[in-house]
Amino acid sequence: MLKICTGNVHVSRGLLALMLFGAPGLGMADTRMTFQPPVTEIASRVSDLHSFLMGIIIVIFVAVFGMMFWAIFRHRKNLGHQAKPFHESTTVEIIWTIIPALILIAMAWPAAKLVISQRNSAQPDITIKVTGYQWYWGYDYLDQSFGFKSKLLTPQDQIQNYGPNAPAKDAHYLLEVDEPLVVPVDKKVRLLVTSNDVIHSWGMPAFAVKQDAIPGFIRDTWFKANKIGIYRGQCVELCGRSHGFMPTVVKVVSQKDFDTWVAAKQLAAKATLFEPGKPITKEALIEAGAKVYANNCAACHQPDGKGAGPFPALAGSKIATGPKAGHIHIVLNGKNAMPSWKAALSDAELAAVITYERNSFGNHTGDFVMPDEVKAAR
Amino acid sequence: MTTLAHEAHHAGHDGHHAPAGWRRWVFATNHKDIGTLYLWFSFAMFLTGGLMALGIRAELFKPGLQFWQPEFFNQLTTLHGVIMVFGAIMPAFTGLANWQLPLMLGAPDMAFARMNNWSFWLLPPAALLLLISFFVPGGAAAGGWTLYPPLSVKAGMGMDLAIFAIHLLGLSSIMGSINIVTTILNMRAPGMTLLKMPMFAWTTLITAYLLIAVAPVLAGAVTMLLTDRHFGTHFFSAAGGGDPVLFQHIFWFFGHPEVYIMALPAFGVVSQIIPTFSRKPLFGYVSMVYATCSIAVLSFMVWAHHMFMVGLPLDAQLIFMFITMLISVPTGVKVFNWVATMWQGSLTFETPMLFAIGFVCLFTVGGFSGLVLSIAPIDTQMHDGYYVVAHFHYVLVAGALFSLFGATYYWLPKWTGYMYHEGRGKFHFWWSMIFFNVTFFPMHFLGLAGMPRRIPDYALQFTDFNMIASIGAFCFGFGQLLFLYNVIHTIKGGVGKAPANPWEGAHTLEWEVPSPAPHHTWETPPDEALVRKGLRAQYLEGHDD
Ligand code: HEC
Ligand SMILES: [Cu+2]
Ligand SMILES: [Cu+2]
Repeated sequence: MLKICTGNVHVSRGLLALMLFGAPGLGMADTRMTFQPPVTEIASRVSDLHSFLMGIIIVIFVAVFGMMFWAIFRHRKNLGHQAKPFHESTTVEIIWTIIPALILIAMAWPAAKLVISQRNSAQPDITIKVTGYQWYWGYDYLDQSFGFKSKLLTPQDQIQNYGPNAPAKDAHYLLEVDEPLVVPVDKKVRLLVTSNDVIHSWGMPAFAVKQDAIPGFIRDTWFKANKIGIYRGQCVELCGRSHGFMPTVVKVVSQKDFDTWVAAKQLAAKATLFEPGKPITKEALIEAGAKVYANNCAACHQPDGKGAGPFPALAGSKIATGPKAGHIHIVLNGKNAMPSWKAALSDAELAAVITYERNSFGNHTGDFVMPDEVKAAR
Repeated sequence: MTTLAHEAHHAGHDGHHAPAGWRRWVFATNHKDIGTLYLWFSFAMFLTGGLMALGIRAELFKPGLQFWQPEFFNQLTTLHGVIMVFGAIMPAFTGLANWQLPLMLGAPDMAFARMNNWSFWLLPPAALLLLISFFVPGGAAAGGWTLYPPLSVKAGMGMDLAIFAIHLLGLSSIMGSINIVTTILNMRAPGMTLLKMPMFAWTTLITAYLLIAVAPVLAGAVTMLLTDRHFGTHFFSAAGGGDPVLFQHIFWFFGHPEVYIMALPAFGVVSQIIPTFSRKPLFGYVSMVYATCSIAVLSFMVWAHHMFMVGLPLDAQLIFMFITMLISVPTGVKVFNWVATMWQGSLTFETPMLFAIGFVCLFTVGGFSGLVLSIAPIDTQMHDGYYVVAHFHYVLVAGALFSLFGATYYWLPKWTGYMYHEGRGKFHFWWSMIFFNVTFFPMHFLGLAGMPRRIPDYALQFTDFNMIASIGAFCFGFGQLLFLYNVIHTIKGGVGKAPANPWEGAHTLEWEVPSPAPHHTWETPPDEALVRKGLRAQYLEGHDD
């Protein structure tokens, strides 16, 4: 198993695979020709049903095209074959209408049973709300009352390899997040899926789960993973610029590990951005803002604020050193490839990060933004 | 034979009433001129959309972004879809219908000659709107050819241009369809009853009805988008009491019949070509007609199979799954009939026949992957992934496009008066056949393994198959220049003059007029005796043995 693949290795493997066309993937790293190994009962049944269908399809295909190629090889004019002008047979037409219909019934029966089990989300052990944002996922553990956002971890410089010296890509390139969804093994997990902006779709191939996230509506789906491990999927509904960059990652753990994790999360949720009771100072804002920046903005604008490729530098930027209103406006509402942070960050977080940007990377505006100003600009 | 003499005599003074120069094309009312315009237009669009496809495949050759930013990549996928569907495939079939219907039915022209002119000349402005949209602020529409809101509501003005382009294209389609229906229903030669007309006329007729039914639905959907975008309506916004999923219902109520709008004429073409080169009548003519009609009716009742993941109620999911599966019955009947037509024939394999056989094989692959997709729980794994991309390219490229290539080689002698170069035609076929499969077959595996569609960059395990697909796409794409070469070579004289009927096994009326078909044909309807001779040769009447 190759863990880290450079582009060049892949070029040659691609060509090799082309030569061996029909058997690419043989002995090659992670290339798969079929479903990811199923980790839920539903996914196993989907996989079995698919194999059953493919069996029938291949038999029909071989039979029909066997006939056709027989004709192609035997009933040729250059072999002196004379055409026999038969052109009608009601019996034959009835036969080849009824037989396929019967085969379809044989397929529809198990399919219908599977749909019914797949849609039965009743009596979950745990319920999690999943929210699609442009372009990351939010997970809220409704019963445990905490939540977090789950964002792509792959650094921009691995993605933007326009130049010749792109760094090597991680093994889980584009399928890694800062904080995965954590669930206990062998428990029925119900997901309530919705969206904050456009339609996204939460998909997890190993679970045979896919549910569109529709703004203004909540739809549900569920899974019961039967194996501890980390599973990876992606957003599967075009949702704008970074549609390809919002993976779904689920970490399935034992009930005990899950409980420990939940306890830690609940504790962290109680801690707030600023120390309660104290007045909010410029220094406090900058300190908190640095964290918000590292978690949300550094991926594009870079940790040193110097920007990269299409992402402008904030160091010395007209907006980040100009009037506060313009700065607040672009962060709140976004612009082209710059996302809107209205929904993702609180007033306090926004005030902190904007203050940080105005007083770091060599910017010295000296002013600061209070949460109330952000609130007023919303 | 009197008709023939008349035609030949008439051809002589064509020049008098055909306007020359650019006026001939801008003011064209002759079905052959308009057909030619349609065909060249669609070919230009095919190259444009194809260039975009190569842009997509170049970016996907390896992981990481190397050519485009994601915004532009999304514009490429969107416009590739819109242009290929509305600019290339649909106009190409209208072009074929324009050229062939009057010739095959024994009519002097299409029923509404001036409307015909309009329905063509709406297309270039629409295409221009789409191309210009790349240069407006925010770029072209980037929400996929399906234009789902809220993404499309939030998009820049490229979306407005796309909406207007779709309005124009829809209008054009409706006018073209009305023309086709009227011509077929009213202008057939004496003796040619509905159940004796060529299968191509049947499938075109049903297609035209489908278009008249659903083009206004699409126009309605995009108009609602437009008012949501600019006039404060909330059809598709939950915050205002609307529902984003409503758009998907309306869109696919258009969209699924649209699939058959692109497939049925292809069925018709293939049903002309296979009997010709099998030297046998089409097997099961009547059942073919019934199959076409039932496909058309069923196509209105399956739209939600594109929406299995939106969270439909259980019952709806089951019903849409069952009806979708049912469509494979009439489709299967068609394939069986084609195979039975070839069975015990006296087969030859000229280029049109090769494309027809390629069509039957690969369309069936696409049909089977469609059957797999119709199973809702399996669709959970495939929906919005590369399996779907593979599926619809099997039905649209190996399906519709291959049939169009076949049709072109089949009728080119009639259109130009010259024979194409058979060896180069065959080479074009094999090249296309091989590289089509190199491009699209691996996409099945990508889809099964979970690669989503419409992404500019992908995880490492998808690399191998993407590379193969990209290499295939470039070979397939550049191979089509050979097609262009073949056509131009034929127009310029090809390998020699074509007789009125270059195909031993062809018995339809278009082969009764000289090659090239004179500017005006069948100004007096063909003799009933002549019509009946052809019908008897096709075993559509009078063999009481
Ligand atoms: C997905 C990448 C991305 C992320 C993440 C991102 N930005 Fe941006 N940002 C951009 C792009 C691209 C622009 C340029 C927009 C334009 O002008 O078209 C931009 C512009 C800006 C500007 C204006 C800079 C100028 O001089 O034009 C500010 C201020 C800014 N971003 C702040 C932030 C803050 C604060 C965050 C984190 C909360 C953030 N950005 C996160 C991509 C990003
Ligand atoms: Cu997405
Ligand atoms: Cu459909």
